[in-house]
Amino acid sequence: MRLDYLARRCGVFVLIVWIAATLNFFLPRLSGQDPVRTKLLQQAQLGGYVHAGIDAMVKDYDRRFGLDRPLWEQYLSYLRDAVRLDFNYSIANYPRKVNEMIAEAVPWTIGLLGSTTLLSFALGTFLGALLAWPGAPRWMRYLMPPLWALHAIPFFLLGLVLIYLLAFEIQLFPMFGGYSGGAFPGFTVTFVWDVIRHAILPAMSIVLVATGGWALAMRGMMVTTQGEDYVTFAEAKGLRSLTIFTRYCLRNAILPQTTALALALGNILSGAVLVEVIFGYPGIGTVLFHAIRENDHFLIQGIVFTVIVALGLATLILDAIYPLLDPRINYRRT
Amino acid sequence: MAHAAWRYVRRNLSLVVGIVLLGLLALFVGIGHLVVDTNKSRPLSAPAIRPPSADHPFGTDRQGRDLLATMVAGTPLTLRIGFIAGFLGVGIGSILGFVSAYYRGAVDSIIRGIVDIGLTVPGLLVLIIIAVSLRKGLTVDQMALIVASLAWLNPARTVRAQVLSMRERGYVEVARLSGMSGPEIIVKELMPNLLPYLAATLVNAVSAAILASIGLEVLGLGPIDSPTLGMTLYWVNFNAALINGWWWWWTAPIAIILVVFLGLFFLTVGLDEIANPRLRRVI
Repeated sequence: MRLDYLARRCGVFVLIVWIAATLNFFLPRLSGQDPVRTKLLQQAQLGGYVHAGIDAMVKDYDRRFGLDRPLWEQYLSYLRDAVRLDFNYSIANYPRKVNEMIAEAVPWTIGLLGSTTLLSFALGTFLGALLAWPGAPRWMRYLMPPLWALHAIPFFLLGLVLIYLLAFEIQLFPMFGGYSGGAFPGFTVTFVWDVIRHAILPAMSIVLVATGGWALAMRGMMVTTQGEDYVTFAEAKGLRSLTIFTRYCLRNAILPQTTALALALGNILSGAVLVEVIFGYPGIGTVLFHAIRENDHFLIQGIVFTVIVALGLATLILDAIYPLLDPRINYRRT
Repeated sequence: MAHAAWRYVRRNLSLVVGIVLLGLLALFVGIGHLVVDTNKSRPLSAPAIRPPSADHPFGTDRQGRDLLATMVAGTPLTLRIGFIAGFLGVGIGSILGFVSAYYRGAVDSIIRGIVDIGLTVPGLLVLIIIAVSLRKGLTVDQMALIVASLAWLNPARTVRAQVLSMRERGYVEVARLSGMSGPEIIVKELMPNLLPYLAATLVNAVSAAILASIGLEVLGLGPIDSPTLGMTLYWVNFNAALINGWWWWWTAPIAIILVVFLGLFFLTVGLDEIANPRLRRVI
């Protein structure tokens, strides 16, 4: 049954890719006129040294998406490009290709998002488990209200406050960007340290908020698990309370957390995009922000498509791992 | 009676905290509309970039808006986006959830498939594509509709799960045996039991819609000439108010947004506790 499940999950992934491409193609055309073409023409009128290039782009665009071709042909031609991850040139930064700009920004986002998500997930799960442990120190109880309050705040709002407090008032961290202006990117100790220093504040604004959410969810699951019959039975057998806590409660309570992780990725990403914008962090979010400002449709579409596909892939992997974690699940169709 | 009420308040403190926070906000907006001239939320109605003073208690921004007036005028606009999108989302979502869970079969598979896929896709990005495609000077209400286009996914899933568990219960069985029709059972038997859940789902949806709208606005896709909270933050970012040390410009909107989110969050927790008393021991 495992293969059947995997095949179905891969089918869903293909569906997500198709939907992302379809949204990209049809939504801009819903409004009647073609905003992409309008923007291209505007850019062509501006002239300048890239004029010839933009002109060529308009011609090329008309050839493939012009009104003289039926909609389905345009659509197929778009799908073909999307599958090959070819999103044309950036309109606003003409000689550069969209893929190239995305490829440059992606490592920053993956670094920031990956490390903060893992850190807050681990930290929150651990903290939540501790909060439900009867032997936990008393002061832990006072952690709950601040965790609750923090978890209701959007990442980027906390980011704004952190910039002001820790970068503007006390100049502990840099306010802005992914590395210092004059720094030479490369694998040197100074540059890596510079990157880390720049990443601390954006990372903090994500971790502080997200940890609370994971801790609350984990605590809820732990309390439910502690009420299960097999835990009572274990107690009756006289097992050590630490054994019951780790082997009986923790292991079971952690499973729904991993499912929640797969579901939360999209929301975390939406939040992280705004954090990047606030911090001017050189990842996908900031590139997207500038693309929106300049109405650079190709770049926006490219980013949205790439991110949706990447997240689809991430959930696919998490879902494929899940049956390995939980032997009770065999994914027979019910 | 008073004693019982007090005991309930002590047990469900989050509900009270939520109501108090949102009440304070309503009071601020209500009194503000009486006392403050909201026309001052327009650009060039005050000297630019003044720190808080007797004339401008919250200071002024770079385009010469009085920030107190901006907050008084903008807070209801932001809440309006949240409420329109939230109500639409919960309305559409719960109908789909009901239909899906009650009738099962092919309808269920289709709706569940759409919802499952829709929820894994990062909503903000889809909203960005929609907003970019339609951008021609959005109004606050259009903004609400854009946000509502994805706001039904979560309610649909929550309601579906809830109805699925309810339809197996005894009283639904009895109603079915006594010859009630499907829609009749939905309205008369399931609805009343679902109301507390729907309330909690609604508050959640409103909160999510406000978050999404502020996100779009900070990215510059909001109603450019409306003084909503998110647009104020957009101008804060646009003018680099942080680096320039104009702290009063962003403290007011951030404080109000915090009160909104905390109030709504505590309200959901409180409503959850009414809807699902079994949670009492948990939280």
